[in-house]
Amino acid sequence: MLTIFIDGIAYGMLLFVLACGLSVTLGLMNFINLAHGAFAMAGGYVAVALVNRLGISFWAALPLAFVFPAILGVVMERVLYRHVYARSHLDQVLFTIGLVFMSVAAVDYTMGSQQVFVKLPSSLEGQFSLMGVGVGRYRLLIIVVCGVLALTLQAILAHTRFGSRLRAAVDDARTARGLGINVNAVFALTFAVGSGLAGLGGALGAEVLGLDPQFPLKFMIYFLIVVAVGGTSSLTGPLLAALLLGIGDVAGKYYVPKLGAFAIYTIMIATLIWRPHGLFSRGAAR
Amino acid sequence: MSGAASGDLAAGVARYFSRRARWRPAEVVFWLLAAGTLFALPGKHLILAEIAILGLFALSLDLLLGYAGIISLGHAAFFGFGAYAAGLFSKHGLIAEPVLALLASGVLAAALGFVTSFLVLRGSDLTRLMVTLGVALVLRELANRYDWLTGGADGLQGITMAPVLGRFAFDIGGHVGYAYSLVVLAVLFFVARRIVHSPFGIALKSVKSNALRAAAIGIPVNARLVAIYTVAAAYAGIAGALLTQITQFCSLDVFAFDRSADLLVVLILGGTGYLYGGLVGAVLFKLMQDWLAAITPQYWQFWIGLVLVAIVLVGRDRMAAWLAAARRAVFRQ
Repeated sequence: MLTIFIDGIAYGMLLFVLACGLSVTLGLMNFINLAHGAFAMAGGYVAVALVNRLGISFWAALPLAFVFPAILGVVMERVLYRHVYARSHLDQVLFTIGLVFMSVAAVDYTMGSQQVFVKLPSSLEGQFSLMGVGVGRYRLLIIVVCGVLALTLQAILAHTRFGSRLRAAVDDARTARGLGINVNAVFALTFAVGSGLAGLGGALGAEVLGLDPQFPLKFMIYFLIVVAVGGTSSLTGPLLAALLLGIGDVAGKYYVPKLGAFAIYTIMIATLIWRPHGLFSRGAAR
Repeated sequence: MSGAASGDLAAGVARYFSRRARWRPAEVVFWLLAAGTLFALPGKHLILAEIAILGLFALSLDLLLGYAGIISLGHAAFFGFGAYAAGLFSKHGLIAEPVLALLASGVLAAALGFVTSFLVLRGSDLTRLMVTLGVALVLRELANRYDWLTGGADGLQGITMAPVLGRFAFDIGGHVGYAYSLVVLAVLFFVARRIVHSPFGIALKSVKSNALRAAAIGIPVNARLVAIYTVAAAYAGIAGALLTQITQFCSLDVFAFDRSADLLVVLILGGTGYLYGGLVGAVLFKLMQDWLAAITPQYWQFWIGLVLVAIVLVGRDRMAAWLAAARRAVFRQ
């Protein structure tokens, strides 16, 4: 029972790290980025390539799994995404679905279509008992890493100059521009960090979520649920939504396996009908 | 304004719209060509039937997207619902005759569309995307869950189709299947053409361009959206039912996200908002798929993705402008 709960928290934390970049993209630029999962996949495959093929240690591979998607994100943002911000939502959906298709086929071509796993260091394998509850070491690592990340992000957002600029830009991009904030630069940096975090999440999650070329399609809906249910006005909303989703999904699959993800999707639809702007949004601003 | 003047105005408006609804020579040629393929390309009837079904499905999305401006990422929900309905009708012998079963599946899909249309009335584009996607996923999970009825992951097997109208039995070469789907497509296309040129269709277009202003001039926006969503769902359901009847098989794949996404690609290839987009797009898409799969089997999705990205970056408006310029150049020489 408690093991499931902890597994659920680990899963939810992962989803949060994977999706928080998307929440900024959607909130800040009102841009529907269905290709967010592609950056997560990039991070996952970077880790796989480094650890399994080149024999670099898992700990050294994690930062690289952040850096590579972040650079990829900035390049993509400056070269491609920039042109699509002002377009209709339909164009944005088409554009990012196109990117997803391309990434799926490209990874299939270069890395093969079978599911891959990252070789974990032996210190992370197995379980230990914490007050009579079996906890996987790796799950605990995920919770700790993601928890620290969430706290750091919250601190940056709340207490730094960059954070207040970002919040100003989210609230009202035009006024923020008028105050001399370089919204485009803020956004490019945020996009890079968001992509990097997604990559890190992909690397950490390769073991738990499974990694194959279909990853961006399979988890697209989960990222969208986190953002749409959590709302885009703060980090707390997506975090709570991700935790709820993680615990609900793990528990649902354990207790009623035949129902699959049915409950999750139904709850999502119900929530969106009830609060179209997310559970934790501040009223209907947009 | 005097009574006579406003009468003139009304007559002028009526003339304008009836001129717009008139059949153009290119349209007649299009349908003659389509009828010609029944006799000219007997070896290609299997793939042509697939194209006709895809075209019908895309036509259904065009009614939503091109005429009402609703973005859907889960249109496969209705396609799949119709597909399973038709499969179950014939498997259990409830409605043996294919045309009747087709109509019944369409009615069921329309009922589902009516019920779920209230879900898409609220919220922004993102909410709509999520809800339509969610409905398709929920249906897929349900079909998987109730495997005693649907066959679950193995698909619905053991469907045997009775002859169409009791006379034309389905054959191995797919000739009857193609003729059947082409006739269904043509009939439904003419109905759709009638719908979009009716006052109802014109009201829809005004809702699409500005919902607030449409409401201000007295168009009941929500009622119009519910109506077109229901009609589009019926079309998609009939397309799905056709697929089941022709392949005599139906699997969970009919609800897949890829199907909804591919459908958007089809419609964008052909262009939205003029009904023929879905049909042209279906032909282009299948040809492209055939051609790309022959060059790089397994990786053809990459090129489809590239085409999508290129279309968006070039801009759909700009491409439409090029096409219009080309048309002027051809016809006004």
